[in-house]
Amino acid sequence: MKKLALAGCVLMGAAGAAGAEGTLNIYNWSDYIAEDTIAKFEAETGIDVNYDVFDSNEVVEAKMLTGATNYDIVVPSLEFMARQAQAGVFMPIDKAAIGNYANLDPEVMAIIAKNDPDNTYGVPYMMYTIGLGYNPARVNERLGVDHADSWAMLFDPAQAAKLADCGIALLDSPSEMTAAALNYLGLDPTSEDKGDLEQAAALLTSIRPYIRYFHSSQYINDLANGDVCLAAGYSGDILQARNRAEEAGQGVEVAYTIPQEGAQVGFDMLAIPADAPHPENALKFIDFFLRPEISADISNYVYYANANTAATPLVNEAVRTDPGIYPPAEVRAKMYSAKPHNQRYDRALTRAWTTIKTGQ
Amino acid sequence: MSAFLSRFALRGRSLVTAVPLLWLGLFFLLPFAVLAKISLSEAAIARPPYLPIWDWADGVLSFAFNIGNYLFLIEDPLYLMAYLGSVKIALISTAITLLIGYPMAYVIARAPQHRRNLLLMLVILPFWTSFLLRVYAWIGFLKGNGVINNVLMWLGVINEPLVMLQTDFAVYLGIVYSYLPFMILPLYTALVKLDEALLEASADLGARPFSTFWHITLPLSLPGVIAGAMLVFIPAVGEFVIPALLGGPNTLMIGSVLWNEFFSNRDWPVAAAVAIVMLVVLVLPIAVLRRAQSREEEAN
Repeated sequence: MKKLALAGCVLMGAAGAAGAEGTLNIYNWSDYIAEDTIAKFEAETGIDVNYDVFDSNEVVEAKMLTGATNYDIVVPSLEFMARQAQAGVFMPIDKAAIGNYANLDPEVMAIIAKNDPDNTYGVPYMMYTIGLGYNPARVNERLGVDHADSWAMLFDPAQAAKLADCGIALLDSPSEMTAAALNYLGLDPTSEDKGDLEQAAALLTSIRPYIRYFHSSQYINDLANGDVCLAAGYSGDILQARNRAEEAGQGVEVAYTIPQEGAQVGFDMLAIPADAPHPENALKFIDFFLRPEISADISNYVYYANANTAATPLVNEAVRTDPGIYPPAEVRAKMYSAKPHNQRYDRALTRAWTTIKTGQ
Repeated sequence: MSAFLSRFALRGRSLVTAVPLLWLGLFFLLPFAVLAKISLSEAAIARPPYLPIWDWADGVLSFAFNIGNYLFLIEDPLYLMAYLGSVKIALISTAITLLIGYPMAYVIARAPQHRRNLLLMLVILPFWTSFLLRVYAWIGFLKGNGVINNVLMWLGVINEPLVMLQTDFAVYLGIVYSYLPFMILPLYTALVKLDEALLEASADLGARPFSTFWHITLPLSLPGVIAGAMLVFIPAVGEFVIPALLGGPNTLMIGSVLWNEFFSNRDWPVAAAVAIVMLVVLVLPIAVLRRAQSREEEAN
């Protein structure tokens, strides 16, 4: 999914020439849909789809806040969507127009409603967790553990020091990484308290010498190639790295774990901009996506779980039973989801992040 | 009749100069004014994400300028450190580019006429590929199991892969590689105009090659050196792509600070203030330098 941070900036051109009836402009994360989903939708409805991709929530947000994007569907993460909704950039979802809306898991919808009251503006596309991807052979060799399932691999300086030589990567995402640090410290991961932030920053600073880089997508290739041996990252990305490593057959192994201390669960949301030129086509697409077989196809392809209960039986068994994709209830119980921060906290967070990264 | 013609000529001339002026106004001054306006505003959760700086209510036009964004840049040493970091990286890269570019330009300028165009073509050739792709290509060379490490390990020079990517070294390499043609081309233009009779005269008068270079070639190519240095230094200071792709997390440059303000903090006003200050910090020294240069030319 979150691939090539820069390509996103460069490819920011607006969706192709729309305006004629019968088109739909979608703006989704890169590598985040099954190969045939769009083709099937086009064949069935006769609607021409312009499909653009991005790789960072921040880029989407900047475009949405500028306005006139020409997109009919965008897929921001929930906490970003919630804030953009406050700025009035989305139109409410017409649930009555979506026949398959009832397929959505009420448990998931209730969690999402904490950030999107009454599920007004968004329909969950895929769900992800933020855990640890690692190279079992190299990690075992250095830490002498058989089943690495703790954030201590990363946050305990003694353990991180032993892994530094084979490469540790962190997401370049201040909110997600400090939330993980807060959770590891036993503090509220959604805290906006300055003292809490200082503690999280101190923890991250203590392991800073052992971090090779901060990047939100590079670890996919690097884990697969064996260029890093531990990465905090998005579940589906790490599982894609696992598969690439298997396909390459170079003897590199990659595993994903949702550590026992708990992890962040996130939701990428289908939302319709208030100035979307074809909102009725957007609703048709959302309805199409919520068909059990279509949701299942996408999960099978991208290794992210969907919130479509009717789709779960249709998802490949290997995907459905993978605890990294569909976590069991006892793991789910320890998960937390992010909230949008106020601007002052965001500034303090970005500043602390720069200090952690550069020492300035 | 002739009066009419001369008036027409005058109008024609002002028309000709109007085009570049219009260009400057439309593509430099206007965006600058928009940026300056945003820099005096205040961030908000809205579309666009800042408050208007003027308000029209009950027939009263009121302005609210927020200079806090500029004060903020002074309060936090981050911005100064980032500016200095960028200037340092740009200066060192410019020096390296000059050291590599000068001999190349010299050789091209001294090459036989029929070969010069081919050599110049080779300098320009990389531009046929996207800048982004060329920087990406370096990732393939520099990374842990990339081309360079694999070759060195195969040759037995090293046992463990060298960490070259995500270091300052990679940033310098990327900048020098990307901007080298901008140094070579103005240097070539200056050097190719050099009258070889001057060099012969110098040699006839007993000057050693180095002395000839130092007293004749270098001073005469100085305009090329300055032009090349500017063309490298100015974009290098604001460079974002190269440090983002090749640099390590502790490479602090103003480009990434600007990105953070704009995208992570969603604080367009502070981002605009950073950009304005960067422009002023860059433009002022250059204006001073240009003036010194033109004064020198007048003296000559």
